[in-house]
Amino acid sequence: MSLLFEHYNYWVAIFLMMTGFYTVISRGNLVKQVVGLNIFQASVFIFYISLAYVDGGATPIVKEGVEVYANPLPHVLILTAIVVGIATTALGLALIVRIKEAYGTIEEDEIREADQRDGKDSDA
Amino acid sequence: MATAPRKTVSTGGAVVEHLIVVVLLALLASTAVAVIRLTNLFAVVMLFGIYSLLSASVFLVMNAGDVAFTEAAVGAGIATVLMLSTMALCAPREMPSRRNKPLRLLLVALTGAVLVWGTMDLPGFGDPSAPANQHVAPRYIQESPREIGIPNMVSSILASYRGFDTFGEVTVIFTAGLGVLMLLAGRRRKKGGEES
Amino acid sequence: MTRQPVLHVTAKFLIPLIMLFALYVQFHGEYSPGGGFQAGVIFGAGLILYGLVFGVEQAQRVLPLGVLRVLAALGVLLYGGVGMVSLLAGQEFLDYGALSADPVAGQHLGILLVELGVGITVTAVMVIIFYVFAGREKT
Repeated sequence: MSLLFEHYNYWVAIFLMMTGFYTVISRGNLVKQVVGLNIFQASVFIFYISLAYVDGGATPIVKEGVEVYANPLPHVLILTAIVVGIATTALGLALIVRIKEAYGTIEEDEIREADQRDGKDSDA
Repeated sequence: MATAPRKTVSTGGAVVEHLIVVVLLALLASTAVAVIRLTNLFAVVMLFGIYSLLSASVFLVMNAGDVAFTEAAVGAGIATVLMLSTMALCAPREMPSRRNKPLRLLLVALTGAVLVWGTMDLPGFGDPSAPANQHVAPRYIQESPREIGIPNMVSSILASYRGFDTFGEVTVIFTAGLGVLMLLAGRRRKKGGEES
Repeated sequence: MTRQPVLHVTAKFLIPLIMLFALYVQFHGEYSPGGGFQAGVIFGAGLILYGLVFGVEQAQRVLPLGVLRVLAALGVLLYGGVGMVSLLAGQEFLDYGALSADPVAGQHLGILLVELGVGITVTAVMVIIFYVFAGREKT
């Protein structure tokens, strides 16, 4: 039982991670897959920040009379990762827009069919 | 289990903090499930904005003010705008996928089970003696006010102790911006034109 | 852009506040939560709000894409430049202690400049991304 109280943060992070993972592998829509990847990414953020959390600790800004602080190092890593994450997400979305313009669809199944059709045409 | 019995901080504040975290995490999990199940992409994007805002609240409760800040501005603000503008250029609805769902669900459940098994040895949530809180963190907390002279430890680690790392991150952001420019800002090719 | 008085008035009220807040986060980041990354996304969000409400063409008249491209590179250059200055002063790359006779004052200056570089690049990249997405026409 104490395991439940001490580890629920990890388990929720794993649940969110698997939700994102499932979205990526089970859905064919590219925008949905990017959203899934972002959910996956946010779960990693929550995992890191929960590692940094210290019971009774304060936000890591020096203050008179405070001795226990949360661990500032994971905060730094995740802070930069969030901004890098949005920049790379934007790159992924830009690729989706180009795929839509080239294929007329953003469904992976249809893209694959179109590719196979093209392949047969060029073989003939 | 390697977790040594530790003295729990039995103040009311810590219990309330944990309660808030539990409620927020439950909301996060249900939002994530709703995101999978919906096929209307507009609703998916809006729910994703809520998901980001909720995770920003989780960060705030976990004493990560700087991170909460960034996540709120990025996730609920900029990411939503970008995804909406992508949707405006693409289809607003998702087509049902023909993939084998039970098999994939099984794969995901197995992976998740292995990961949960892996957490058994991890130190407890909020444990001050966890290895992650023992390595360089105490040095940063104790020495950075004297060495760097600024109160915000996150800033001093970000810009000074790990300045090299941050330089790399800024370069990644710059490169991603260049990539988006190259992909979308160029002149559009005519349809059915010189496609090789 | 159709005339939407409520949106216009609210945006005109909010945008200066958002930008002022971003500047506070940028330059007060050493004492309170904040820094270049946060300030960059907040400032970018203010400009994006302007673009959403008043149209991308209007936003590009205020802040052209060419200027943003230069700014994005300038931020990275400022960061790297601080590193080079400390290198030329005989210290290691990005060791801000070299920027001033007093190491702690040097750290202050170095962090301020580096965070400014981060803020400029992040703002510029966020707005660039918004411009090219919103300016693209549907096929």
